[in-house]
Amino acid sequence: MNFSEVFKLSNQLSRFSPNGKFLASCVQYRLVVRDVSTLQILQLYTCLDQIQYLEWSADSLFILCAMYKRGLVQVWSLEQPEWHCKIDEGSAGLVASCWSPDGRHILNTTEFHLRITVWSLCTKSVSYIKYPKACQQGITFTKDGRYMALAERRDCKDYISLFVCSDWQLLRHFDTDTQDLAGIEWAPNGCVLAAWDSCLEYKVLLYSLDGRLLSTYSAYEWSLGIKTIAWSPSSQFLAIGSYDEKVRILNHVTWKMITEFGHTATINNPKIVIYKEMEKSQNLEMENLPFPPTKAAASSLFNTESKYEVVSSPVSLQTLKPVTDRPNPKIGVGILAFSPDNCFLATRNDNIPNAVWIWDVQKLKLFVVLEHLAAVRSFQWNPQQARLAVCTGRSQVYLWSPAGCVSVQVPAEGDFQVLSLCWHRSGDSMALLSKDQLCLCYLESEGIK
Amino acid sequence: MGDWKTITVPIPSSESKNISQFTSETNMSPSSLYSQQVLCPSLPLAKSVHSFFRAFCTEENVDQSISYLDQELTTLGFPSLCEESKGKEVKRDLNIVAVLNCIHELLVLHRKNLLAQENVETQNLKLGSDMDHLQNCYSKLKEQLETSRREMIGLQERDRQLQGKNRNLHQLLKNEKDEVQKLQNIIASRATQYNHDMKRKEREYNKLKERLHQLVMNKKDKKTAMDILNYVGRADGKRGAWRTGKTEARNEDEMYKVLLNDYEQRQKQILLENAELKKVLQQMKKEMISLLAPQKQKPKEKAEDSPGAVQSDVEEDTSELSKENMWELSCETVREQLTNSIRKQWRILKSHVEKLDNQVSKVHLGGFKDEEVISRQDHEQETEKLELEIQQCKEMIQTQQQLLQQQFTTACDDDTSSLLQDCYLLEEKERLEEEWALFKEQKKNFEKERRSFTEAAIRLGLERKAFEEDRAGWLKQQFLNMTSFDNKNSESAFSGSSDQDNLTLYSKPGQKFYSVSSESSLCTSKLTKSLPVSPSTSELFQTIHHLSTNSRVLNVTTEDTKPNQVGRECTTQRWSMASRSDSQEGGCSGSRSLACTDSSIEHRDGLP
Repeated sequence: MNFSEVFKLSNQLSRFSPNGKFLASCVQYRLVVRDVSTLQILQLYTCLDQIQYLEWSADSLFILCAMYKRGLVQVWSLEQPEWHCKIDEGSAGLVASCWSPDGRHILNTTEFHLRITVWSLCTKSVSYIKYPKACQQGITFTKDGRYMALAERRDCKDYISLFVCSDWQLLRHFDTDTQDLAGIEWAPNGCVLAAWDSCLEYKVLLYSLDGRLLSTYSAYEWSLGIKTIAWSPSSQFLAIGSYDEKVRILNHVTWKMITEFGHTATINNPKIVIYKEMEKSQNLEMENLPFPPTKAAASSLFNTESKYEVVSSPVSLQTLKPVTDRPNPKIGVGILAFSPDNCFLATRNDNIPNAVWIWDVQKLKLFVVLEHLAAVRSFQWNPQQARLAVCTGRSQVYLWSPAGCVSVQVPAEGDFQVLSLCWHRSGDSMALLSKDQLCLCYLESEGIK
Repeated sequence: MGDWKTITVPIPSSESKNISQFTSETNMSPSSLYSQQVLCPSLPLAKSVHSFFRAFCTEENVDQSISYLDQELTTLGFPSLCEESKGKEVKRDLNIVAVLNCIHELLVLHRKNLLAQENVETQNLKLGSDMDHLQNCYSKLKEQLETSRREMIGLQERDRQLQGKNRNLHQLLKNEKDEVQKLQNIIASRATQYNHDMKRKEREYNKLKERLHQLVMNKKDKKTAMDILNYVGRADGKRGAWRTGKTEARNEDEMYKVLLNDYEQRQKQILLENAELKKVLQQMKKEMISLLAPQKQKPKEKAEDSPGAVQSDVEEDTSELSKENMWELSCETVREQLTNSIRKQWRILKSHVEKLDNQVSKVHLGGFKDEEVISRQDHEQETEKLELEIQQCKEMIQTQQQLLQQQFTTACDDDTSSLLQDCYLLEEKERLEEEWALFKEQKKNFEKERRSFTEAAIRLGLERKAFEEDRAGWLKQQFLNMTSFDNKNSESAFSGSSDQDNLTLYSKPGQKFYSVSSESSLCTSKLTKSLPVSPSTSELFQTIHHLSTNSRVLNVTTEDTKPNQVGRECTTQRWSMASRSDSQEGGCSGSRSLACTDSSIEHRDGLP
């Protein structure tokens, strides 16, 4: 495993281009575009203010930089460096901005979710969509980029509007039987839309592309409900993580529950492999330590290396007692991710934040549990194979594959706390992001060393 | 009670002291008593006694005391101490004998009393202790009673308290329930209130939003703008189309297309899955049939519980199987048939497996008995095999011994010797085989010969029978003629007959008979025994033999004496016999008599 040198970064804003050729990163008000293979700076754009959001267009030709504070969006072209575009939302303000799938329209959500403005880069036209709902995930595009679903709120009722992305024509508009719609998500095949209610009620509604209600599912009542959902890449399963520390999996034929995965703090099954991260005991010779300590030595002192060890089965994981009198308690399954080959599902139970559960979807059983020394910040599956990268905010990056798992120290000077990561589309490298630094990590093609 | 005890105890003790004193005195011999009494005044030690006596009787009041004693004694029923019979003058005189007797009796009585007293005292003691014990028990029980009563009271108290507590708790529970209800109501009301407020707020918010929207929109915010260098082409290179009804319809179409595609894909997947499942089912069915077909007979033999449906099923299945293309039709009837038949077969298989399981368990339960029964046949076979092996082994050992000896005697090579041995064995084997083949051939030949012999014998027997019959017929005729005509006629008839030669043969001794009659004597003898052609012929033989001996005798006689006479006699005898038989059996008689006549005639003829 190799690491690139460390680059400066602000706001953890760094994205690979969808075609995998470029890496865009923000440093204050500058946008830097690098070649992924050489890491040479290809373009350098200067925005009007500190960039708060960065997004590549789907064709990798344009980059969107949002400056919410100023209500500004600046778009840069990679092909024509001199081309520029600035969208000012003015007094309406700006809270979110995103590309439409065709890469020629920008959807800006104004403050207070007054409206969504659709700016076209091709024509002068501007469209407005009124009544967007302020919720967890109120806007979603199908994978093929044809349709957009939008959660709306009108007259204290939830609605979903389906738009055709090519000309922003309203295709369907229907109300949903929800108290407070929390999110919507297209299935990868683009034919089923899942909508879920807020955490006060456990309710999932499944709509067809033509607006028919296919099914509703509710596991229980009177308790905090759904936290997050995830579609399997084959659209075959819908995983629902909820506050009761369980993941329920629905099938795509009957939309009934196939199984539920409980996330208990004690694991008794001896068939489950449990990897526990252990600190490597550093045999530092105190006498040899120079005084004053050099920078490297200091960093090595602070960054204790770690390794995974297989722990035999009766294991109790570190739990966090959630504060019950605060909203959004830290309990329940908050992160879900299917592996690209549909074989595994990685989950995190928020009150056992150090552990990542990996479930075998084919057998519908718990397969592996990784317990770390710190709370898991995020994880992402390699887009090419069943390999999971995890970061915990320490200076390690953790990789798991069915063959085993490994903890790798980021060999950066100083403290490189990996706060988030994202894979390159080839699956050969990934970007590790710390608070103000960026580092690329390359995997050898043979596999984990 | 203790008081009573303390009082009672010392009394007997004091008494017993006195008694002991008395007893000690009484136990003494009368002489010693006497001497003591005598010595009493002189003994200073026995002061108490002395004083006692002195108190009652002194020198002065002897008489009085005597009389008193006498009186007392008489009242008590003792004989008086004084002799009254002698008059009043002698009254003073003590009758010493009576006194002594009295004393003795008194002593005896006293002793008895003492004994009784003792017994009574011991009993009293016992009773006292018993009493004590009982008292103790009583007191203890009383205490127990007291404590238990106290406990009971305590428990009752506690129970009461608990009940009180329970009541309190019930009350509390009720209160809590009420509270909960109240709280729930409150929550519900709050929730409704909240929802209501929320809605109100949201409406307000919406209104504000609307207003803001209007403000923002209507203000024609100069800032709200896009500053763009030049417009870029669409990603697909086309120009944006106008929004018309057409585009709407097109969008709808496309959406449905997408949906249709999805459904088609799904259907394809399902079809694939179905096909595979069908394949699996088919295969399963085939395997089941093949599995069940051979098993079907067995259970039927064993028990009738396997239904006849099996056969029909299988037939059905085979017919179904023949229509392979039926599988492709996914119509419901076929599916039902398939599932039903598979279900049936599965049931059969299951029952069969269960049966097998039962059998297995039975065998396990039955233990060794069944195994023995089963293995008996095998056992014998096994023993045979083992015996064979033993023989082989023995042979081996022998050969080995031989070889060893050979080795010892002649130091020739093992190989050559073994080779030689092998050669020998082989040769021998070959020779044996050859011999065996030869023997077999011989056996076959013998068999063939025997068959031919038997055939010949049968033929002969038949021939003889035919001949016999002929002759019988002929003789009958002859006999009939004979009875009607003269002897001469018959003689002439005999001499002229073709059978004469044969008859002569009979008359001649056995050698010739044998040589002519058949090739082997054994065979004929067998024939005569095993294949009795007819009773007549066999008897005929006998008679012939008889006659032959006779004839021999006759021949001898003919040599010595005049044959004619004897012959005559003989013939006359025969004739008489014949006539007798004739008279007995009537005119047409059995062959026997006829034969006799024949022979007789023949003899006569044969005579020179």
